[in-house]
Formats: sequence, structure tokens, C-alpha cells
Amino acid sequence: MKEFETKNNEEYEDMGSEPVSRTVVVPGEVVATGEDFLPGEGARREGSDVVASRYGLAEKIGRVVKIIPFSGAFIPRRNNVVIGRVSDIVHSGWIIDIDYAQNGFLPLMESPRFVNKNEMDQFLAIGDVVSAKIWSVSPKGIDLAMKGKGLGKLEGGFVFRVNPSRVPRIIGREGSMINLIKEKTGCNITIGQNGWVWVKGNDIDSELKVRKAIEFIAEKVLVSGLTEKMEKWFGENK
Amino acid sequence: MAFKRPDGRKLDEIRPMTAKTGIIPNADGSAMFTFGKTVAIAAVYGPRMLHPQHMQDPKSAILRVNYDLLSFSVADRKKPGPSRRSQEISKVTEWALSPALDLKDFPNTVIDVQVYILQADASTRVAGINAASMALAQAGIPMRDLVCAVAIGKMDKELVVDVDKDEEDFEDGEGATDIPLARFANSDEFTLLQLDGKIQPEVMNKAIALADKAMAKIYEVQKKALKEVHSE
Amino acid sequence: MSSMQLTSLTYNTLLKMFSAEKRFDGRKLLEQRDFSVEYNVSNKAEGSARVRMGKTDVVVGVKLEVGTPYPDSMDKGNLMVSGDLLPLASPRFESGPPKFNAIELPRLVDRLVRESHVIDLKKLVITEGEKVWTVIIDIYPINDDGALIDAASIGAIAALLQTHIPELDENGRIDHDKKATKKLPLLENTLPLSITFYKLGDSLFVDPTREEEEAADGKIVWGLSNYKGKEHMIHSCQKGMEASMTSEDIQKMMKNLPKLYDDTLKKLKKFLK
Repeated sequence: MKEFETKNNEEYEDMGSEPVSRTVVVPGEVVATGEDFLPGEGARREGSDVVASRYGLAEKIGRVVKIIPFSGAFIPRRNNVVIGRVSDIVHSGWIIDIDYAQNGFLPLMESPRFVNKNEMDQFLAIGDVVSAKIWSVSPKGIDLAMKGKGLGKLEGGFVFRVNPSRVPRIIGREGSMINLIKEKTGCNITIGQNGWVWVKGNDIDSELKVRKAIEFIAEKVLVSGLTEKMEKWFGENK
Repeated sequence: MAFKRPDGRKLDEIRPMTAKTGIIPNADGSAMFTFGKTVAIAAVYGPRMLHPQHMQDPKSAILRVNYDLLSFSVADRKKPGPSRRSQEISKVTEWALSPALDLKDFPNTVIDVQVYILQADASTRVAGINAASMALAQAGIPMRDLVCAVAIGKMDKELVVDVDKDEEDFEDGEGATDIPLARFANSDEFTLLQLDGKIQPEVMNKAIALADKAMAKIYEVQKKALKEVHSE
Repeated sequence: MSSMQLTSLTYNTLLKMFSAEKRFDGRKLLEQRDFSVEYNVSNKAEGSARVRMGKTDVVVGVKLEVGTPYPDSMDKGNLMVSGDLLPLASPRFESGPPKFNAIELPRLVDRLVRESHVIDLKKLVITEGEKVWTVIIDIYPINDDGALIDAASIGAIAALLQTHIPELDENGRIDHDKKATKKLPLLENTLPLSITFYKLGDSLFVDPTREEEEAADGKIVWGLSNYKGKEHMIHSCQKGMEASMTSEDIQKMMKNLPKLYDDTLKKLKKFLK
């Protein structure tokens, strides 16, 4: 049985008691050999090998080998929070561009208060931005829901995009990273799983700082100890 | 007398290759690949919405490739707009890449691959495939494997690896035969196979064997370009 | 990269930011990005250049062909500027017949180059009344992050300054194997560049990123040169988009054009051989 081999660009990070090793892999590359290893997300079995199906970091936790992709399209799932732009109004609701190959649909009854069919654009007009939850995903479309804390029409501030695969890193383990940014800037921030970010603060400079910080994090990929690095970044970028 | 390559290379020697990813920030994935003086760039956009609706496939994303030469990439300026040649190359490139892609996760969408040649010194379509393959990986498209491509040539009776323009124009004896090939990096599955010229069946097998060796070298270049971005 | 259209949120924020003279990347409203110029994009072009301005990336190539003179200018060579907004460069560009922006870009560069007379077309005659050189400038954006016209004009001038006239063989056809030694005849003390002003609300700004460009309500492209090395001269102008320009706007632009031109020329000169 062949042990999981160490390669040059590997990164070790202590995640509690279990050591994790990570290597950059390309699709088709053998990541582990032996029946002991199980292919997780982004990997597959070929004969006795576990092979990468994505370009990213191969992460081995115990026996499971999965690939954390460096980039990739957003795949909508039920309960994902997304930020989108109203692109059209139809008689039964609003069409929302969620930066995915299919549009989202917000039914009329999802508006938080009663909206008359003739007044739909007074509540949400084309070009407005909403944060919504994905209610269902089907070949016919993606239905959105907007009743819930932190959801609704977004007013003030601005929106910008990062690669969707970077969102977990920007949120951080149990929200540690996003909370650090909120604390250092005093801004309201909502991050959609589709990569869109909304920032609103008391002044433009704080809002710009949030964007800079998030774009900085989004660029970094192989970095461990990111939280400490960001503490330092905020110290340097007053 | 054995064929002497115009630029002095050994028969199985590939021109110096360079590869780089992420060269087009707007694209979901992008890359550049060169064989000597042939320079190809590729950009991937997608999966994204596909119009018109009747072109959509409810079971999978479709792959759409657009290959072309820039006007000034060739000595006699190429008029802008797709030519028959570029349309054909677009299609065979699509067939060369799609078996490597796992498109079932993205029904009703399109993955657009744009390949342009900045400077042409033969072997343009295979340079394009090498660039496109890296760009697709960089875009995060689920893939079985990278695709490697090279043009094997036969100059009179001699087989050579990585044909350049001077060789493409060779006319003595049995003349020049150009054989562009693409294959999965890690398995014996050819996805591009074209040929123009004169070659005996038994020599064809030798050409394939030469290609296999060349593919391994090309794969190393592609891997390095994808991995070096993330070494800090 | 996203093809999501501009949101009213971002538009309103940009309006406020511009009124406060702030931009996302920290520049002032009339401050241009730095740029770099590389040569030899294609060894098959008679001249070529690649301009990188922020994330905007444009390649320009110059090819020379033997042609016949136009009936109304029998003693001059020809100039043609062409180009395409390659779908490679932006999620907004599509394959197929050119949309207006794709048609406008080469035309604006054409007028700028033609009206400044930077290329001495009279010196491009091969046989009087029969054969002349046709100079063809091809412009291709590789990545669009705003200000394509301005980047393209820098690329066109840089490429022209590197361009050599090919040698002809005994039959009067281009011999690509012979080394070209004659430079393209140019008025090197009259270098035309385009400076585009954009308008958002009441604010005028230059050199937008793609996001800023998409938010703009109005734009006006100016082509100018350092005419004969003596004075600033405007050679072309085209107002685009819907918002109107006031006479105050025009005065502001006239006040700032010379410095913007000088700054760009100074940066370009660092890259001229």
C-alpha cells in the first residue's frame, strides 16, 4: 500500500487533532493510491487510484481525499443566500439575475408586505438589488424566498463580485474572517454564495476598505494563518 | 540522405514551450501556450446562459469553441472574420476537448472557449488546444484529465515532432505530411487526429508512438503553469 | 467573470463617490492609470505593440500591403484601421457581426491618425498613379477593463513607430524573407493620442475601469497631438451616449486636455526605443 506522498508545494495546517496535508493538483492527476483511500468531492476512483477531477487543493483528512477547487461556477443549492439584481418584472413576480446560467424568480407573495400588481416596480424596480434565499432548484428555474432575517431589498452601499469558490474563505471558520472585517470597519456586509458581496457603512472610506480587504483575501489561495495576516493588514491599512 | 530540420532541432525535439495561466482577468479561465514562435491564447467563459433556447441541452452544458488567427499573426494579412479553415479548426478543437469535460452538472448552459493565435509558425491548432485545456482547468470546469496536443510531421521519409512553418512548406521527396494529434494526458485516448500528405500505414504507428512521448513533455509544461501560480 | 448588469445601487454610490472626488481604486477623477508597452506581439506584423493599462490589455498590429491608390489621391498611400472586440476580452462581447462599439473603436482611431497626418502618405508611393503602400492597423482588445479607445490609440502610435516597410522582389511583390530596413515615414513630432472624458451625473472623469464605464451617462472622445512639436492640436472629436455636455464641461475639458495629453506622451516616451 502506497502512503500519500509529500510533494513540494504542500501546506500543513493544524486543524485540531487531525493533521491535514494539502497539495496543488490538476485534473487527471493521481492524488492517492490504495483501496484505503476514499474519493471525496472533486475526486474519483480509477482502479486503485484516487484521481482529481478538479484543479485545486487536494486535501486528505483521514481516509477521505477531496479537492478544494481554486475557482469554479456557483452551483445553486437550497438555502443558499444569494445577492442578485432585478432584471425584469412579470405579472407573478420578479426575475432576478443571480449571476448564474439560470435566472432566479421571486414570486409576488414573497414580498414582505402586500404589493399590488400595479405597484410592483415601486417595491422592486429593474436594477434594484436583493439578498434572497434559494427555495428550490429545478430544471425549470430557481425559486427565491425573501422572508427572513437579513434578506430583502438592499439599499445604499454598493455591490461587487468575487469568485464564488472564495466565499468560504471570506466568511472564515464559523464566520471568523467576515466578523473581523465587520469589526475593523464598522460596516454592514452580506455575502452571497454566488460570489456577490454587499457593503454598507457610515462613510465611503470604510466601505472602500471592506472591498479592498475582501479582494485581498480572494486573491490569496494557499495561505494558512489568514486571520493573523488580515489583522496585520488592517493595522497597516488604516 | 536523412532530413535535416531547418532550425537544427533533433527529429524528436519540441521547440521551446512556454505556458502561463490567468492572463485574461475578465475570463473565468485563461491561458497562453507557445511552441517556439507560435503563440496561442485561450479564454473560457462559462458555464453561462445559452441563447437561443433551442440550442440548450437539458442533460448537460454544451461546449462551444471559437478559434481564429489575428490578422497580423501571419505574413499575408488575414482579413478579419471567420474563414472556412477557422470554422473547421473550431469544430475539431471542440471535439478534442469535450470528452475530457464533465458537463452534466450544468444543464442548459454553454461553456465558451475562445482561442486566438497571436503569432503563427505552424502547429497553431495544437497550441490552441494546449492553451484551452489549461484555461478550462483554471476555470474550475470538472475534467477527467488535461488534453495535450502536438503536430507530428513526416518530411519525405523522416518523422519529426512539432512541425514549424519551414517544415510545413517542405516539398522534396514525399513532401511534408502534417499530423495534428491530441490525447488525454494520462490515458491512451486520442481526441484529435487529422492528417494531410502521404504516409504508409505502418509509419503511422511510429508517428503515434512519437506523439505519446511528446505528450508527456507537454503535460509537464501545462502542469507546471497551473501549479506555479500557487506556490508562495 | 460576471455579466451581471450595473445595479442602481452601485450607480448611486458611484454618483456620490464622484461628487466627493473618490474612486474605487483611489485615483482622482482626472487621473489616468499607469501603463506599459511591449513590442513584437507578432513577428509577422510589420510593427506591433501591446498596451497594458491597469487590467486593460490591447494588442495592435500594423501590416503593409501593396495596393492601388484611390482615384482622388493618386499621389498618396492608403490607410485602413480595422479591429474587433474579441469575445475573449469580456463577457459582454459576443461572436458574430460587430455591434456599434466594435465599429466605433477602429473608426475613432482612424480619424485620429488620419487627421493628424502622422503617417506621411505621400512618401508611400511605389509607382506613381499605379502602386502604393496600404498601411493597415488592426486593433484587438485582449482584456477589457475600460478605456479601450485610449489604450488602442497608445498601441497604434507605439506600433507605427516600430513599423518597417517590407522589401519588394523583382516582380513587385512583398519578399517576407528579406530584412526590412526602411522605417515607415512618420511625422515624429506630431503624435496623436485619444483622451476620452466620461460623465456621470455632473462629474467628468477619465480612464474608467469597466465598472465606471458601464455606469457612465455620457462620453466624448478627443484626438489630439503635439502638432509639429509646437502646440496642442485637436484633430478629432466624437460625443457619444445620451447625456449632454454643457459649455462648462467643454471648458473644463479644454483646460485639462493638454496636461492629460502631455502626461500620456511622457509615459509613452519611456517605452519608445
